[in-house]
Amino acid sequence: MEITDVVCALCGCVCDDLVVEVEDNEVKKVKKGACSVGKSKLMGHGRIKSPAIRENGSLKECSYDDAIKKAAGILAAARRPLLYGWSSTVCEADKVGIELAEEIGAVIDNTASVCHGPSVLAIQDVGLPSCTLGEVKNRADLVIYWGANPTDAHANHMKRYSYISKGYWTAEGKKDKKLIVVDVRETKTAKVADVFIRIEQGKDFLVFSALRALLLGYEDVVPEEVGGVSKKDLLEAVRLMKEAKFGITFFGMGVTQSTGRHNNIVNAIQMTRAAHTHTKFSIMPMRGHYNVNGFNQVCTWETGYPFSVDLSRGYAWYNPGETSSTDLLVRRECDAALFIATDPGAHFPGESIRHLAKIPVIQIDPFANPTTEFADVVIPAAISGIESEGNVYRMDNIPIRLRKVVDTEYLPDEEILEKILEEVRAIREKEGE
Amino acid sequence: MAEGELLIKNGVVYDPINGVNGEKKDICIRDGKVVEEVKNPKVIDAGGRVVMPGGVDIHSHIAGGKVNSGRLFRPEDGRRGLEAKTKVCRMQSGYSVPNTFATGYRYAKMGYTFVMEAAMPPLAARHTHEEIVDIPILDNAALPLIDNNWMTLDYVKSGDIDLLTAYIAWIIKATKGYGVKIVNPGGTEAWAWGKNCDLNDTVPYFDVTPAEIVKSLGEANEKFEMPHSIHVHTNMLGHPGNFGVTMATYDLVKGIKPSKDRQVLHATHTQFHSYGGTNWGDFESKADAIADYVNKNEHVTIDIGSIILGDTTTMTADGPMEYSLYQITGRKWTNHDVELETGSGITPFLYSGKSPVNTIQWAIGQELALLVKDPWKVALTTDHPNAGPFIGYPILISMLMSKKRREESAADMHSAIYDRAALPSIDREYDLYEIAIITRGMTAKALGLHEHGKGHLGVGADGDVAIYDMSPEERDAGKIQKAFLNTKYTIKGGEIVVKDGEVVATPAGKTYFVTPECDDTLTEEMLKKLKDKFEHYYSVTFNNYPVQDAYVPNPYEIKAPMRG
Ligand code: SF4
Ligand SMILES: [Zn+2]
Repeated sequence: MEITDVVCALCGCVCDDLVVEVEDNEVKKVKKGACSVGKSKLMGHGRIKSPAIRENGSLKECSYDDAIKKAAGILAAARRPLLYGWSSTVCEADKVGIELAEEIGAVIDNTASVCHGPSVLAIQDVGLPSCTLGEVKNRADLVIYWGANPTDAHANHMKRYSYISKGYWTAEGKKDKKLIVVDVRETKTAKVADVFIRIEQGKDFLVFSALRALLLGYEDVVPEEVGGVSKKDLLEAVRLMKEAKFGITFFGMGVTQSTGRHNNIVNAIQMTRAAHTHTKFSIMPMRGHYNVNGFNQVCTWETGYPFSVDLSRGYAWYNPGETSSTDLLVRRECDAALFIATDPGAHFPGESIRHLAKIPVIQIDPFANPTTEFADVVIPAAISGIESEGNVYRMDNIPIRLRKVVDTEYLPDEEILEKILEEVRAIREKEGE
Repeated sequence: MAEGELLIKNGVVYDPINGVNGEKKDICIRDGKVVEEVKNPKVIDAGGRVVMPGGVDIHSHIAGGKVNSGRLFRPEDGRRGLEAKTKVCRMQSGYSVPNTFATGYRYAKMGYTFVMEAAMPPLAARHTHEEIVDIPILDNAALPLIDNNWMTLDYVKSGDIDLLTAYIAWIIKATKGYGVKIVNPGGTEAWAWGKNCDLNDTVPYFDVTPAEIVKSLGEANEKFEMPHSIHVHTNMLGHPGNFGVTMATYDLVKGIKPSKDRQVLHATHTQFHSYGGTNWGDFESKADAIADYVNKNEHVTIDIGSIILGDTTTMTADGPMEYSLYQITGRKWTNHDVELETGSGITPFLYSGKSPVNTIQWAIGQELALLVKDPWKVALTTDHPNAGPFIGYPILISMLMSKKRREESAADMHSAIYDRAALPSIDREYDLYEIAIITRGMTAKALGLHEHGKGHLGVGADGDVAIYDMSPEERDAGKIQKAFLNTKYTIKGGEIVVKDGEVVATPAGKTYFVTPECDDTLTEEMLKKLKDKFEHYYSVTFNNYPVQDAYVPNPYEIKAPMRG
């Protein structure tokens, strides 16, 4: 059976025009729409087979009920629990996660805190002039990728939405557009750019400042070379920006995670505001996981804040740097952790991992990963977007509903969390809180 | 809806839709609806207090993409409203951009039981609905933005009103929306190129004018028995001298016959559109001119969009307007243009009584309410959070009811109020009956919700009741304000949700949406064009676009047949 309009649940592009062939309740083929990474996710493997609880150092398979009871027991007893991940699952699950965090007074945080968290902080400082990806597709005649390499990380981005896509005022595709890539090395994306600006590592802030100054007409204050870029090249970039009818900067973790962090993004946004005095100009973070934005959205409308929210006081306390997951772990404050649809084992600094090894850890995930190696309770989940449906937010805030294309016996994240929450409430009721 | 019976006795009832003006009257409720009599009820003794139907807000921004972007980029606003969870309530945050839970609780505490989310970008409609589900207690609906859509612009240009009709039917259904929202017609499309449009300018590349858009949508809306008229945010919002454009817009639809017994055009947050002068220096109130127009014509209703002094978060689909505001203040600014449909801008703003402009703006909203003679033509709003947060409604009620309070306030504000506004010279004071009209009777009628049990307490109406902790004789403005901020009781569908100013239950609200029933052949023909737009220009597919049923777990459908 052929299923159309299938949505890829992998990266922030959330491509929604996939065509897949399903037979015997299995995805046999991805016929259209997906990039190679998206394809391999849909074809899926490496599942966690059964719920399991660690006993004497090794995981022993058990029933869902036992694993959920065990997880609830750990969370109900914890004084400073951390609930982390949330970016590769659906908003419906994120909502239950926040309710669980509220119930047990946990810190809840998503992967933004180690990728685009600085972008959020910058937005809180200066705002974000942006647009949907379809606006870029139809109007943009100048596309800038800065510290982002979509060819590898968001393979369909240029084709569906930006440089290569064809839209209303861009019917000729890339013939109608200019592509500028700014990066510290010549990435694959840089190779296809009209203009590649190679900057020195950690000099993004300076280069943004120089461009800002030029856009605002202060050519005299810009030296002959800034961050490894000649003034001539900067002037040429500014000329392209001013001449564009509609410009967009997409920035990636090359900017958020390099020296300057959120200050880089503030400056990038200020550059956009400066460009906006000449022409229409927008800017957008290249969000990584397919629903990293969705968690930030749900967390914001429910708690008032997008991530790193401490609910131990009963109301939301937000102070990234104090309340983000890595801070909590490095301070060895947290005494139990739940990881959902993420792999801190691979992404967190070593110091935090050492602390995690000492405290009870619960993992909810369809797939095994390095975190499984030290998790005390492992709960397998249905794969969102293949085995279960739900809402996600694309990198440009557009909500799209993931489709379910095959059946499964595994429970969706949402249901697992609801059961844990129910069990936690039962325990607390018994204890009279 | 609560099962069982409830009797509210000894209340002094203000139920304008049924002409009940301060009568001592019992209210009987069974299984969530108002009934003639009850047998074994739970009894609430209102003890001579003021009783009204649950409030109905006609225009407020409480859910969706821009509201959430407002929350996200203003953690400092979040901190202004932190409250810990209780046994009944979830955590709360925010003042001008409260979280979803606080939104439900705070409205309910003011005696409101229905709120219209006033701007839903169709492409992001799922977001609006996701948030609405998280707003407790309140019944709700949302107005999709339909005026800058390329489909609309194309049909306006070609003059195909029938196909435009088919399109608005489709998009209202696809978004589970309630009616036709218009925000800076043409101007928001122009903003995608960094430009704006006045009423008779040509929209870049589309060869239509805002005036043509308003007129065409006005005609198309009346092809159905829509509960609500077109709901219009006119061009040039916030510009000195815009009152002429505002009235010219009203005039565009004057000849159109409404398909139901209601206005043809609801003009929203009219305060922002009643400006005289040529610049901020000679800026003055033209509320008198606008009120005069409304007094002389029957086809227009307005809501006031009155200012609450202090810091707030402005947000609208009118992208260019937010950009100009940000240029004035230099504060943070978010913009989000939405492909083929609309846009939005957000920026914080401080309304200060020391500023001559803000002072005059503050006067204009109240002048509109006081100068429009028939309260059935005017609704109380702050265009939450644009002119101020909804939590300021009780302040406005006390102002409208007390000339003394207005005088005291004006004395503390910029003296421009005495030269360039009319407020100090107006003696009128609202009575409770009129307050009930502009906060529930008129709003329910203008939205067509009175036919669905909202805004009144006649037999068959929803058992939504507000009991305010004040006697009908109360004249002290401070006490009036306090009473309207926290009810003695709010009852929603027969269930007590607020008692003594505390939320005691949080049932889920219903989402009202309209299904315009369009002729199949027209729809087929329209779909050819629409599918082409999806094929080539949208970044999501046609099949993934409509809001799935899962997003509206508590639906209330209103069918709008084509006019015979
Ligand atoms: S670009 Fe991203 S969303 Fe699109 S198919 Fe590839 S992995 Fe999936
Ligand atoms: Zn509004």
